[in-house]
Formats: sequence, C-alpha cells, structure tokens
Amino acid sequence: MTGNELASDQPEVFEFSEENQKLIEGIIAKYPEGRQASAVIPLLDIAQRQHENWLPKVAIEKVAEILDMAPIRVLEVATFYTMFNLKPVGRHFLQVCKTTPCWLRGSDNVLKCISDKLGISNGETSSDGLFTLLEVECLGACVNAPIIQINDDFYEDLDYETTSMLLDNLRNGETTKPGSVIGRNQSENIDGATTLTSLKETDGVVPAFSKTIDSK
Amino acid sequence: MLKDEDRIFTNLYGWFDRGLAGARKRGDWSNTRELLKNTPDEIVELVKASGLRGRGGAGFSTGLKWSFMPKEVTDRPHYLIVNADESEPGTCKDREIMRNDPHKLVEGCLIGGYAIRACAAFIYIRGEFYNEAQKLQTAIDEAYDAGLIGKNACGSGYDFDVVLHRGAGAYICGEETALLESLEGKKGQPRLKPPFPAAAGLYGCPSTVNNVESIAVVPTILRRGPEWFAGLGREKNVGTKLFCISGHVNNPCNVEEEMGIPLKDLIEKHAGGVVGGWDNLLAVIPGGSSVRCIPKSICDDILMDFDSLMSVKSGLGTAAVIVMNRQTDIIKAIARLSYFYKHESCGQCTPCREGTGWMWRVMERLVSGEAEIEEIDALEKVTKQIEGHTICALGDAAAWPIQGLLAHFRDEIEDRIRNRKGRLTELQAAE
Amino acid sequence: MPKVIVDGIEVEVPEGSTVLQACEAAGKEIPRFCYHDRLSIAGNCRMCLVEVSPGPPKPQASCALPAMDNQEIKTNSEMVVSARKGVMEFLLINHPLDCPICDQGGECDLQDQAMGYGNDATRYLEQKRAVTSKEMGPLIKTIMTRCIHCTRCVRFSTEVAGVTDMGALGRGESMEITTYLEKALESELSGNVIDLCPVGALTSKPYSFVSRPWELKKTETIDVMDAIGSNIRVDTRGGEVLRVLPRVNEDINEEWISDKARFACDGLKRQRLDKPFVRKDGKLVPASWDEALSVVADKMKQISPEAIAVLVGDQCEAESMFALKCLAEKLGIENIDCRQDGAKINADSRASYLFNSRIAGIEDADAALLIGTNPRWEAPVLNARIRKRWLETRLPIALIGEEYDLTYDVDYLGNSALLLKQILQGQHSFSKVLAEAKRPMLIVGMNALTRADGDVVLGLCRRIAEQFDLIIEDDNESWNGFNVLHTAASRVAGLDMKFVPKDRARYLEDILDDASNGIIEMVYLMAADEIDMSRLGKAFVVYQGHHGDAGAHRADVILPGAAYTEKDGLYVNTEGRPQFAVRAVFPPGDAREDWRIVRALSDVVGSALEFDTHEELHHSLSKAYKIFENIEVVQSSVVTDFGREGDVEQAPFDRGIKDFYMTDPISRASKVMAECSEVFGNTKNA
Repeated sequence: MTGNELASDQPEVFEFSEENQKLIEGIIAKYPEGRQASAVIPLLDIAQRQHENWLPKVAIEKVAEILDMAPIRVLEVATFYTMFNLKPVGRHFLQVCKTTPCWLRGSDNVLKCISDKLGISNGETSSDGLFTLLEVECLGACVNAPIIQINDDFYEDLDYETTSMLLDNLRNGETTKPGSVIGRNQSENIDGATTLTSLKETDGVVPAFSKTIDSK
Repeated sequence: MLKDEDRIFTNLYGWFDRGLAGARKRGDWSNTRELLKNTPDEIVELVKASGLRGRGGAGFSTGLKWSFMPKEVTDRPHYLIVNADESEPGTCKDREIMRNDPHKLVEGCLIGGYAIRACAAFIYIRGEFYNEAQKLQTAIDEAYDAGLIGKNACGSGYDFDVVLHRGAGAYICGEETALLESLEGKKGQPRLKPPFPAAAGLYGCPSTVNNVESIAVVPTILRRGPEWFAGLGREKNVGTKLFCISGHVNNPCNVEEEMGIPLKDLIEKHAGGVVGGWDNLLAVIPGGSSVRCIPKSICDDILMDFDSLMSVKSGLGTAAVIVMNRQTDIIKAIARLSYFYKHESCGQCTPCREGTGWMWRVMERLVSGEAEIEEIDALEKVTKQIEGHTICALGDAAAWPIQGLLAHFRDEIEDRIRNRKGRLTELQAAE
Repeated sequence: MPKVIVDGIEVEVPEGSTVLQACEAAGKEIPRFCYHDRLSIAGNCRMCLVEVSPGPPKPQASCALPAMDNQEIKTNSEMVVSARKGVMEFLLINHPLDCPICDQGGECDLQDQAMGYGNDATRYLEQKRAVTSKEMGPLIKTIMTRCIHCTRCVRFSTEVAGVTDMGALGRGESMEITTYLEKALESELSGNVIDLCPVGALTSKPYSFVSRPWELKKTETIDVMDAIGSNIRVDTRGGEVLRVLPRVNEDINEEWISDKARFACDGLKRQRLDKPFVRKDGKLVPASWDEALSVVADKMKQISPEAIAVLVGDQCEAESMFALKCLAEKLGIENIDCRQDGAKINADSRASYLFNSRIAGIEDADAALLIGTNPRWEAPVLNARIRKRWLETRLPIALIGEEYDLTYDVDYLGNSALLLKQILQGQHSFSKVLAEAKRPMLIVGMNALTRADGDVVLGLCRRIAEQFDLIIEDDNESWNGFNVLHTAASRVAGLDMKFVPKDRARYLEDILDDASNGIIEMVYLMAADEIDMSRLGKAFVVYQGHHGDAGAHRADVILPGAAYTEKDGLYVNTEGRPQFAVRAVFPPGDAREDWRIVRALSDVVGSALEFDTHEELHHSLSKAYKIFENIEVVQSSVVTDFGREGDVEQAPFDRGIKDFYMTDPISRASKVMAECSEVFGNTKNA
C-alpha cells in the first residue's frame, strides 16, 4: 500500500513462528552465501502473512537482523514495493485493478459496487474491519478483466452483480472459487476455444477440465 | 491460421494435467539429455538459427543475447534470470505458461542455462501471482525429485539449480537491471548501463535475463528443429507467439498464433470481433501499454509482428492487444496509462520521476477539457523531454502512449477543450 | 589511455576515466547534481547529458559512461542543450520558489545551473509537491520539499561515513530521503552532507538564517580539533566566526571535515577570557595587562627556575610555544612539557612520533594493526580514509585496545599490551598477516602511550615494525608503516621544538608529582586544560589561554589569549606536515595573540625576547628548527631506536576520548557540541 509512514499503533515485539523460522532457513539457503539480502522480499512477505497482512516496525527490524541488513535498507524495500502494507488492513483485502484493460471492461462498476455495498473508497477499511479497498495497477490477467485480487486470489470477469455476490459470500463466510466468475475455465474464448481443440483426448492426454471442450 | 500441431503451448488453457506426468505426455522432458549433448555454443547457434526474438517486448534475438555471455566460467558463476514479472498492462501470457505449462519453463531454464554455462536459474515472478508461483514451485520440485534438474540434471553430468523468487509489486522490476537489483534484495531501481548484465549482472556475475515465453519455447524449438520455427511467420519475424486480446472485444482471450497474423484476423477469428463490429473499432494498442496506439485505419490491414508494427511507429511489444471501440473515451484510456506510469516510476532519475506526474496531471485535465489548446503542444514537448533521457525505458514507455494519442486523436482533444469553453461561455451568457 | 575528441579538442585521459572526466580534461564544464568525485556514480540527475558518437542517437549521461578511444563527444550541441534544459525544467517544477528564504541561496548548484539552463517562466500549471521535512538531529536542518533526490547524502553516509542510516523511501514522485525513523545521523562526519547537498534540502542547523554567503569574509586556514590538520575555510562577518567549511587537500582531509571541526565554532563566542584577571582574596578579579603581567613577572623572579613548570596545551600554534620556550630557556626553566596527556613519547627521534606513512599512504596499505586508538573519534577524517581503503581492498585490520565500531570490519584481538609481545614473537595469528603483507602499517594511539609503560609499548611497536618490515627503504620501495596518531593539534610542533624536559626520562607525571609535593611552586599553563588541576598542589598557577575552562578556574592569574581562528601560526599535523593557519578575526576584548603576551611578559620579567614581529618570530623558529622552514612539506625522518625495553603491564588500554563532542576548551564551550553530546550520548561508539 502506498505511503512511507509506519502505522501509529505499533506492537512491541515480533518473533517469527517456529514454522516460519524453518521456512526462512530454507529460503536463505537458496541464495549464494553472503547474499542473504536477496531473501528480504520473501521474509517481509512471510512476516506480513504472519502478522495479519501488515508489517509493523518490529517485523522490519527483525528481518533486518536476520539478514544482517541495515533497517533503513529493509524499510526502503518495504516502502518501494506496493504489496507490503505498513498499516493494518481488513481481513479481506480488496485490490481492484483500474488500469486501462480493466477500466475498458468496467472496473468502475466493480468499484461502484464496493462503494455502494461497503461504503468505502480507495485506501479505506470498512467499519467492521472486514474489508479494505485498494485501487491497484495492472494485475496481469487482462483478458479476464475486470479483476479483483482478494488476499492471494484473483476473481475475474467481474461486473457489478458478480462483485456484489462475491462480497456477500465474503461477508457470509462462504467461499467463492477463485478465477472467472462467469464460468469460463481460464483465458480461452468464452464461446469456446478457437485453438487447441483438436488436442482433445489425443496423444493420450486426458483433459483435466472438459467443460469448454464438451460444450462444443 | 496456425495448426494445433504447430502450437507449442498445448496446455495454454489449463485443460490438462500441468504436472510432470502430463507434461511428459505433451513431449516435455522427453529427450532433454540428448539435447544437452550439444555443446553450449551449438545450442546458442541453433537458437540463433531459429530466429527467435525475445518475447518480453524488445524483440532482441535470444540466441545473440546468449552469445554475449563469456565463453568460460571463471571465479564468477553465470546465472540465467527468467523475467516472470509480467506487469505490462494488457499482458497475461506468462501467467498461463507458469500455471498451466510450467515444465516447459523449467526445462527451458535447464537448456537455456546450459547454453550460457549458468549454474542456476532464478525465476523472478511478480508477487501478485501467488497461486501461479505455487504451481510453478510444484513443477520445480517435481523436476528436482525426478532428477531432471539439480545435481547431474537429466543424467547429463551438468549441475543446475532453479530458484523461484517472488517479487512484491513493482512494474519496474520487469526492467532487467531493476529485476537484478530487486533479486539482490534492494529497491527495484534500474542500473546504469554499461556494464550490461552479461558482463556484470546478478551479484556482479555474468547473467542473462530472458522472458518466460522466450525460455519456454526453447525446448520445443530444439526438438522440432530451428528450421521449423523459422519457417513460421515472416522473415526476421518468425515462429509462434502468444497473443493477449483484451478490451472491447466480444470474447477476450489468450491465443498462440503465427507471428505476423493480421490484427483483424486475430480479433475476429479468436476474440469474437470488436464489440459493435469491426467498423465500431476506434483504435488498438497492439503491444502492451507501452507502445503507441494505432487507429482503425491502420488496424484494417496491419500484420502483427515486430517490423510491421515498427513501421507504423508502434510496436509488437508483448503482443498484448488492447482493443478500444468507438464508445471509448480514448483520452481517458491513455490518461489511465499515464497514471500507471506515474505510479510505477521508481523515482530514481529526474525526467521520469518528475515528468510522469506532470504528464498524468495534464492528461487528467485533457480528459475533462480543462486546458488550453497550446497545452497539447506543451505536453508533447514534455513527452520528448522524457523520451531518451532516462536511465531505463520506463520513461520512453510513459511518453509513447501519449505521443500515439496526440498523433492520432489530437482533434478529439481539441474538440473537448473547445466544447468545454463553449459550454462555459453559454453558461456565462445564461447568467 | 583512450583518446577522445571533446567539441573538437583531442584529449587523452587515463584508462577507466568517464566521459565527464574527459570533458573536464578538455576544459569543458559539465553541469551535474548527483555526480561527485568521491562518491559512487548514481547517474540519476541526468543533468550531465552529452552527445556521444559512436553511440545511440540520444544523449548519454557522461558521469557514468566510460571514455573510449575515438569517441567524439559534443557538450554543447542542440541535442545536449535541449536535453539539459528539459532536465532542468523537471527539477524546477516541484522545487519551491523559496530562494529568498533559503540558506543555500547564493551558493546553490540548482540556482547556478538554472541561470544556464532554466526558463524565466514556468509551463507547469499543476500543484507543486510538498514533502514533510525530516528530523536529522542537532546539526542538519532539512527542508525536504527542496530535495532533488540526487542521493549524494545517502551515498556519502553509506560509503564514506560508513553509517547506513540514510535512505530513500517510497518510489516515484513519492520518494523521500530520510534517516531510519528520522533518527539523528549518527556520524562524526555528518555535516559533510550539508556541503554535498546541491540544493537547500540539507542545510546547517546552527547556521540557519545567520548570514548570506556574499556577506562573509572567507579565511583559508587549518583546523585544530584533532591532529590531522584538516584544511578549512572560516567564514566571518564583523568579528564573528559564523561557520567553518572544509577545503580540499588530497593529502589530508580530501574534502571532508569532522562535525567538531565544523560545528564547534559557536564555542568561540562563549566563556571567553577577554580581559586579564588576578586572584585577590581567593577571587579572580579583572585587572589591567600591566598589573597581571607584573604579578606574573614578580612571581617568576621570586621563585627559582627549578620550581617553575611551563605546560602547553593541545591547540597552541608553534610560534607561541616557541616564544614561551625561549623565555623559559632565558629564565633557566627546564620543567617544560607539551604532552599534557602524559604521553611517554620523547622528542629525540622524529620518526618515533609521526604518522610516517602519511594519511594518503593509508591508501597503499594492505594490512593494519591499530593499537590503543579509536581513530573514529580521534581523527574521523583519517578513519574515513581507512574505511575507503577497506572498501576498496578489504585489507585485514586488527585492533588491540577498547573495542569500537570503527565503520569497517576489524579483527578484534583484545585489550592487552601483552598481545603486542605475542605478535612480535610470531605467536599470534595476526603475526602471519603482517608477515605476508607487502605494505603493512600499525597505528598506535595515545591510549597506548599515555600509560606508565607507554614508552615500553612504543618500543614494542618499533620492534614489531622492524620484525615485520613495516619500514622499507630500498631502491624500489620507500614505505614506513610505523604510525603514531596524535590527538593534539599542537603536539608534533611541540615535540619538533623539543618542548619537553631536558631530562629525557622526565614526563608530565613527574612534574605533576613535584607540583603536588610542593617542589614545583609555579605552573605556567598556556591553554593547557586537560591536566588534572587537583595535582598542581599549592603552586601559583598562571593560565594563558582563551577559554574559561579548567585551567582558568585553577589560575591565580589569567592572561587572555587567542583561539586558533584569531592568530596566524604554524601547526604541524600528525604526519609532520607544517601548515600555516591564518587569522580570521581578532581576539575578543583585551585578549591578545599568545606570542605577543609572552613577548610582553619577557619585557616585564626583564629577559626581553629578540623578536618584535610575527615574521621575526617565525624566522627565529625556523632557524632553530629546520622543520618549520618548509610549509606543507613533510620531511622524511630516519628511524632510530626509540621506546624503552621492559615489561608491559597487564592492564588494558584506556578508552581514551570519552565524548567526541567535548574534547577541548572550544568544543566544551559550544552549545551545539553540548546538544550533540546529549543526543548522541557517549556510548554510541563504545
């Protein structure tokens, strides 16, 4: 999330969980000796996941300590990359892509729906603390526009109504399958793939997903 | 139209098993050991002969790039870096490779890495692709377990590691030297060149940075022979290419097609046509947000390859086709891109840090018409003041969309300014 | 050596030069903001663009481009000028138009370059950016809206100062320079970022809104806050020293100075002795010069010369010390000493007390052994030179003494003089390092030499130097890696003129013992404030000096002298390099230049000295001691036997300087230094 300032309310201590400490050892070992700073993004990511999706100062300093980096260098990284949150966010972190390909296909409607239903605009958290909205730049799923990324998952091919349904599900604790919400498998033509159709059942390859092919 | 048997990414849509067993059925890893019996230089020559040009946007010959690496490994190991930081607006092709056909990439890493005498490949995937990273990691793990990579990869006697590294939200890390900085644990700020990565890349060691698609097509090219790949498309613009068709088309999709396919065919045959019909087309951004848009008149018969699009002052870029129909506020569409570049500027060098914000703010006023006609020229000058004056190409990428807009849709901007002035005059008169 | 053509002028430049350097070699001025000779290349400001062929058809950043044979460089073509104008416009759109209230005004790179490349009106109609200013401590004032993100400050603090506290947070137009959580920049060299900042983003806090550069009289002189003799410029207005800036001297301080050298100058205005005082009924009362001098002269005449001691302090220039020594000789006083810290160095062999490799010689060293020294506090600029060498070559550096964070990796051997014996006998792992090095050096500091066995330690150091070939003198090579790091600016000159007791076995300790025991009845202190005044017993104390510090408090008569900015004179730095300091202002009130006070006293005491002008004094000095003849030249000195044989004590070396910001009468009088001392604490380097 944008902004270079740390949250005003800060916890006193941060320790990585035992499980995460093991994970961290493995990650650091992936990089050549003496190059442990390479692990700064992965470690900040783990810290953020462990700490309700935001990074307190003590976590930044913990990462600096583990990687033998100056805290300012870790803070530079934490403020440079948009996926690091320096302030608390809601349980459902709604990241709505507004870049041109999504905008052309109606990302404004997605935002309007969020505003209508949750009463929040960019950077705000709903009063129940469940939802935080952030308008983000291109998420890289443009042929499935418009898109919301909610925590780790992409929800694709949205419009006002499907966004509304998605938010209802989240609020009611029901899961929605990530991916396209209009029933297409992935990034093929919704009316039926225009390529690779001759491959079905050939070469001993069993389709893992047959809906699109079957519908032809 | 390209025949299915000439398509490389046969699991593009994720219909089939992405795992090692499924990949093997599609031909991946079938004779990798044999391929590695070629010397590194022979592989470089084969890839050169195939005419493969980099799929990340710049279109530089992949084989030639590999040949810049030192021929001997000294005290500094060589690295292959795979650029999977797919963030160029409109582009979503590498995502499909990584989540549906990851073994093509992993095998490509081994072969490409071998060709440049690398000890390891680092795949830098954008942080938002969390699920894709999980799937790719699974494929890497499978390959390790099967002895395909790691010590004595594929029984070739060659040791090779593949490391997946997730980013954390920064378009600029798609710039190869910013990517290296980020991989070293720093802010993703592009480096000054020279030195180029082949001389001093990751950790100061000789490195080559290639796009996911460039690497993932290599095994198939070697299996089927460079002449097969070179036989598709047009001269100097050969092979197959993943296209992403987004925006105002009836059925947006990704598709692997022959290089040089007519844009109109691409849109009509694969993406269900322009919303409202071909005649309702306003303009297309043919290669991801960084290239200049082209109006319908050019779209009618343009071919989708590097040189053809270059000739109309646009570019193939990542082959991400963003379609806009006549109902589009194209000024706003481009203004939105200007915001993107402002948001993604690393802030390191002056023209980009200051210029991207300036351009976006002027663009926003052009959207509402709150501007003077002379400001259009001033804006164009600002784009020229940025272009070619920055450390990396983000400055150019921020300037070109606006230049494209001004070149083809200046009338629309002027009309909007005049209309607003007219409305204001009417309002004043009415008071 | 590549040959390039710059605007039609052919120049040959050293291998590894940049295009910018080639342009400079051809006499072309290349505008720049981010580039700085002594920092890594950032290439971010884009102001130094030039046209280069062969090359891409766009201007290139000359600071980062290697100069190649047959390059044709245009520094003034239309392409270049328009590119630079563009960059300038970008720099200015978000830069505030607050030059009239900006302390950088008149000495601002952006202002200057805007004259060449700026427009008279702006095309930028949008809101200008505002950036919150950052707290950086008592020395650096920030107005970050003015920042042009050149990152010189970040690079300086990281590379030269060796403190990774500064960085640039965020990105794009939100990028902000700051210290980590807005902590004060914890470096003794922090003030240099003020000079490096090309705009008014980082300015001097103490100097804020004090003056304009064109109002200042600039005097080029020498710093005395440590013993390296940094070259400085003292800026004054009226009779007031307003600020101190570094001057370039490649051999000594390059272009850095310590924060004490820069910021202690407010101490020159506080607690000054501006009239003579005489103690009457236990209280110091103002007196006339005549009265004060006659009280001193009467005492000198009453007391036998054997019962008089003359001690000089750490910031005295050579001339006044020499004058005092001449007077002492005339009166037959033999208890004279310039080693107020009690250092067990004697003046016989010049090589025994110099930094023989010279400061620039650090850059040739390939191993270093630090003994009882904390160069970071004793000579911050010299320490930066060690760090520079370490960054380049990672030379092995070992430390014996208190452990300090020296800003480079140190192999900490422990704190015992016995380690020196082990090294000497080849029993220590570092013996091997020294033996294998081609140009090893040792640096022995006062913490090792001020102890009772300091002369034994010195002897051990000499034997290590001999054993491990720290001193090489043959046809191919001349290298002397035996280095003493002094902390007192006046010390080497004092030793050079043998301002020590005739009896070479006698040290300060003995004089103080005699004073405590009443054997010495009169002590004449010339700006000597660091001795333990309680050990002067019942002696009659004359204090000649400039500040109301320890000496003045103990004194029976005070003769107000001049601080280093108020007199001409020579200082010989720790390398043995005499440099001439120049008077910037007059001493305050009735205070006088010190040699004049001594000269006047000699008349009253009836042993008139032979010089009446500074020139005559200087002439006598250099006639007596050749070393003062050639200014700025280091005369090489022959190594002879020195130091004492014997056993060293087990006790650890002392910590030395306890508080970097308070080491002498001037810095102790400085409010700014007091604030630093409070903010940074005394522990940061422990």
